[in-house]
Amino acid sequence: MTEYNVERIREDFPILKSKMNGHLLAYLDNAATSQRPNQVIDSVTSFYREYNANVHRGIYSISERATEAYEESKLKVSKFINSESIKEIIYTRNTTESINLVALGKGSECIGKDDHILITMMEHHSNIVPWQLLAKRTKGILDYVGLDTNGSGLDMENVKEMLEKEPKIVSISHVSNILGTINDVKEISKLAHKHGALVVVDGAQSVPHIKIDVKEIKCDFLAFSGHKMLAPSGIGVLYGREEILEEMEPVIGGGDMIRTVGMHDATWNDLPWKFEAGTPNIEGGIGMGAAIDYLGRLGMENIEAYERKLTEHAIAKMKNIPGLRIYGITDGANIGRIGVVSFTIEGIHPHDLASILDNDGIAIRAGHNCAMPLVRQILNNNAVARMSFYIYNTIEEVDRAVESLERAVAIFKRQGG
Amino acid sequence: MPMDLYAEEIIAHYEHPHNRGKIDLPNLSTREYNPVCGDDITVYILLEKGRIIEIKFEGDGCAISMASASMVTDYVKGKTVKDVENMDAKTIIGLIGVDPGPARLKCAILPLKAIKNALKKLPPDTT
Repeated sequence: MTEYNVERIREDFPILKSKMNGHLLAYLDNAATSQRPNQVIDSVTSFYREYNANVHRGIYSISERATEAYEESKLKVSKFINSESIKEIIYTRNTTESINLVALGKGSECIGKDDHILITMMEHHSNIVPWQLLAKRTKGILDYVGLDTNGSGLDMENVKEMLEKEPKIVSISHVSNILGTINDVKEISKLAHKHGALVVVDGAQSVPHIKIDVKEIKCDFLAFSGHKMLAPSGIGVLYGREEILEEMEPVIGGGDMIRTVGMHDATWNDLPWKFEAGTPNIEGGIGMGAAIDYLGRLGMENIEAYERKLTEHAIAKMKNIPGLRIYGITDGANIGRIGVVSFTIEGIHPHDLASILDNDGIAIRAGHNCAMPLVRQILNNNAVARMSFYIYNTIEEVDRAVESLERAVAIFKRQGG
Repeated sequence: MPMDLYAEEIIAHYEHPHNRGKIDLPNLSTREYNPVCGDDITVYILLEKGRIIEIKFEGDGCAISMASASMVTDYVKGKTVKDVENMDAKTIIGLIGVDPGPARLKCAILPLKAIKNALKKLPPDTT
């Protein structure tokens, strides 16, 4: 690809022309959800306007067209993460549902009393609660890998120690939604497989931003959401290795996931439909296809390089703000992290920071950001503020955010507190 | 967000809160927590003949919630349980002098919610 042209990209995102509190919107909450380009919006509206029909059923042309567009999107997803075939691509609502599907399906099959499940201290609630529920249901044991002494990455020695407990399932986030740290899931996968564990990777924060190759990671499952990568909300993906999915019993029963239904028994449809009961999110799937086309045109390597530039710029500038503390990796070239930058400023609650930035047209996140164990126990806070970048953000937007943070410091300094 | 949400008075109450602390033997106390932002407040109330004669709070939260706690604890001193029951979001907006908008209103009314929930613990005949 030629030079990364962010102004050209911004033209595709109508919302970026809108104003918030009288200022041009600077959307820096991409770890929560991304914005959508015209190409995705149009793919959804043209489905509604031109060929809205159910899939896998109709003999008529528009149903065939809908089926084709929906299934084609799976092929795009499969190629995007380099899976073997669409048999390995199950559509869900989101990352959360994908992980729950593993926990309810494979988890219920392989976890019994006193069996271990291993997760980490930097998980999002979506990769904690499904395993808590599974452990409660099966009387299994949920273990956590701790963080390294910097509190920015996983303690790899601890990973090895915890694997000695022979967990049946190891589930880890590829990228922390608070720290932005990229975990070495390839290495952890290798180590976990030596102990016979199944490896689940939460890719919610990685798949939108960095090139993913499931064959290289060698994970057994990968969960991610469409809405964080330009696609509509309500469409998510569970990648599962074919051999595992073949053996796994369905979790949700109903139409479309069956081959034959008798009065007391049924047989299952082929993969991946065995795991997709009922009418699916057709427009979501079609939008997912359009989103992947868009990201593919830009090139994931280019996206990664551009976002790294934004992140380095943000961290360098933020370090100059008195009392500001950044969580996660802040030194060097910032390889090993993505553009999710969590921080606090001494004496100012993150919610107040978010309100002051909102007033300047800048959207950031504040709170425990759905990772309470990490924020409370490791970072020792009730809340943090978080800026997170995507393909359409600019250096100017980062500068605006930094200026606004400086203004917040000034507001709270007026009282000499 | 309205500009004057961070007016000097709010910041002043946040940084130098009134009624911060604990009452050793309160008649009532309750803790309220906002899981979205982590605002956390505990109020302690000393009640005499259905009237609040002393009130204190402890907690941790944003400027809006903590300033509101400072102002509302000042305001309810000497008020009857009935008076407090009649207070609502409008009262709080009046006290802090600004409508913080829907997202932050939760922070602003958390202290009042704590006070009301504490008073709900009273047996019905004591009011």
